[in-house]
Amino acid sequence: MSNRLMLPISRRALLSGAAGAATLAVAPGLRSPAIAQNAPLKVGLMLPYTGTYAKLGKFIDDGFRLYVEQKGGKLGGREITFVQVDDESKPEAGTDNMNRLVGREKADVVIGTVHSGVAMAMVKVARDTKTLLIIPNAGANDATGPACAPNIFRSSFSNWQPNYPMGKVMFDAGHKNVATITWKYAAGAEQMSAFKEGFTKAGGNVVEDLTLPFPEVEFQALITRIAQLKPDAVHAFFAGGGAVKFVKDYAAAGLGKTIPLYGAGFLTDGTLEAQGAAANGLKTTLHYADNLDNPANVAFLKAFKDKTGNVGDIYAVQGYDAAALLDVGMKAVGGDDKQRDKMIAAMGAAKIDSPRGPLSFNKAHNPIQNIYLREVRNGRNEMVSIAQKDVDDPARGCKLA
Amino acid sequence: MDLVTFGVQLLNAIQYGMVLFLVASGLTLVFGILGVINLAHGAFYMLGAYLAYWIAAYTGSFWIAMVAGVAIAFVVGLLLENVFIRRLYGRDHLAQVLLSFGLILVIDEFREIAFGKDVHSVAPPAWLAGSFQLTDNLSYPVYRLAICGFCLIVAALIFLVITRTKIGMIVRAGAENREMTRVLGIKFDVVNRYVFAVGIALAALGGIVIAPISTVFPGMGDGMLILSFVVVVLGGIGSVAGAAVGALLIGLTDTFGKVFFPSVSSILIYVLMAAVLLWRPNGILGRREV
Repeated sequence: MSNRLMLPISRRALLSGAAGAATLAVAPGLRSPAIAQNAPLKVGLMLPYTGTYAKLGKFIDDGFRLYVEQKGGKLGGREITFVQVDDESKPEAGTDNMNRLVGREKADVVIGTVHSGVAMAMVKVARDTKTLLIIPNAGANDATGPACAPNIFRSSFSNWQPNYPMGKVMFDAGHKNVATITWKYAAGAEQMSAFKEGFTKAGGNVVEDLTLPFPEVEFQALITRIAQLKPDAVHAFFAGGGAVKFVKDYAAAGLGKTIPLYGAGFLTDGTLEAQGAAANGLKTTLHYADNLDNPANVAFLKAFKDKTGNVGDIYAVQGYDAAALLDVGMKAVGGDDKQRDKMIAAMGAAKIDSPRGPLSFNKAHNPIQNIYLREVRNGRNEMVSIAQKDVDDPARGCKLA
Repeated sequence: MDLVTFGVQLLNAIQYGMVLFLVASGLTLVFGILGVINLAHGAFYMLGAYLAYWIAAYTGSFWIAMVAGVAIAFVVGLLLENVFIRRLYGRDHLAQVLLSFGLILVIDEFREIAFGKDVHSVAPPAWLAGSFQLTDNLSYPVYRLAICGFCLIVAALIFLVITRTKIGMIVRAGAENREMTRVLGIKFDVVNRYVFAVGIALAALGGIVIAPISTVFPGMGDGMLILSFVVVVLGGIGSVAGAAVGALLIGLTDTFGKVFFPSVSSILIYVLMAAVLLWRPNGILGRREV
């Protein structure tokens, strides 16, 4: 099946990029069959295989393995083996789990994880041990901000990214006074401050920031407050079971008719079936939409369905792209991951034809990507427009140049 | 805040309190009468919600889901009491905490195998699905009001059974003095079994009734367990009327806390609990220990 697929990384893009020189330099190495790299490259997958985020972990895992399978089990000509650790989304065990992968299991590269708290523990170990780490979901701004490092990449998003473009989208839709609502915790605060940054810059005014303790789901008091405030619109960030309940409560209160609800894509991703009709017409922003028709996405969704029987989503794409990114690095050094600097330089300059659209990386190794405005129709997050092209996280606090 | 909004928030508070009471009533029965700390109460709440989702999906009827879900929970409660819980009467609380914590893990794993980890929703019965207009832009689901009425009925039933029936008398006698009740030849142990099963069934009933206005998801029982304990401790351990008072107080504190003091709303109910315990160490309607 793999030979029918488009090469996810366009060779031309690769050559034209800053990596071109590096790639050319090792091109002869690519052709000579046996270099010293006989032992397979050990990839440590540290993901939530149980618990609330288990489904996300599985999709990331499936996406990553799909890419490696499409390359015949090899990246940059080098055999890949896997070692798995279930991080259970427990930040307190994050450091130990990561140390186990790096120390006892001797993983050459680590892929992980979903939960931001766990990911930050992994970032710390990766910084100390210089292990190559690719974060396939966790959005904590810090990972590619103050804690950025040459050996740390992210194939997903920063919390800032999907929210900042929404500010202009909502202002342009005629909403001048907006209320925000989210859980009172780190991710919620990061997402909302990015939205407010974009919204006030566009000229809007945030009338009130409503919060409730994480992960509480009793929204009725705050929904009544919104009805009393009568803002032009509401911007919300919730995820999982809380997102479903909020969307349903908001619709049941009849507020959607007069005060439209917007949100970061996490509000509707992965739980649309449970939200049912309550979610219809909801507009959100994210770096993916279910019906993107670029060839890479069409091919990806088909391959993912053939392999797993499931409909691929953003999490699967992030896992897939983590492997694609690693592939860029491995190709640049002909499979010899000991040439670390060259590998990292190639990865930093990667131009990937991702299912989500064009994907490249900023100096802090956070993705530069399109953020799409989507609307819920027919139980899917369908693309309305590109909210903002090539959104680049400001990487505040990152000292990498 | 204008009077209308105040009224709506008051309605929110009472409705939330009713829901809390429904879930906490089973816990206070088991805790107060059997002296067993059942940490798995929240897990049974979750299980009830999943049963509601599953049975309603198969049969298309919320009512069948409700009756069958409660019946299943009741039978499970009887079995558990027979196999595990009865060994715990009179044992120290650590053994009870360990066992019921183990039950949480088992139930959670069962849920994962049987129902998976997706988020689900349950549709309310069609004739309760509508809503009515409260203010110019806010409407209120009929089902939420129906829950209030339903909780009142359940509260009245529990109260009647405990104060007006023979079984209730035995239960009260047993809670007062277990050994003396046994010595008098009253089959207290058999009654115990049913009290435990009723407690579990009430937890599941809570999950089932709340499923249509909440969502059905893996961690839903955790927060509810903690709130239920706060309700029980606040109201007085073993006191059903106390649980009702405690639940309403928490509903009021939480709702108006979120409106007036949003920055500290997360701790307000615990502040309330601490204050009440300073004033009445055994809870608002708790019996004073001799």
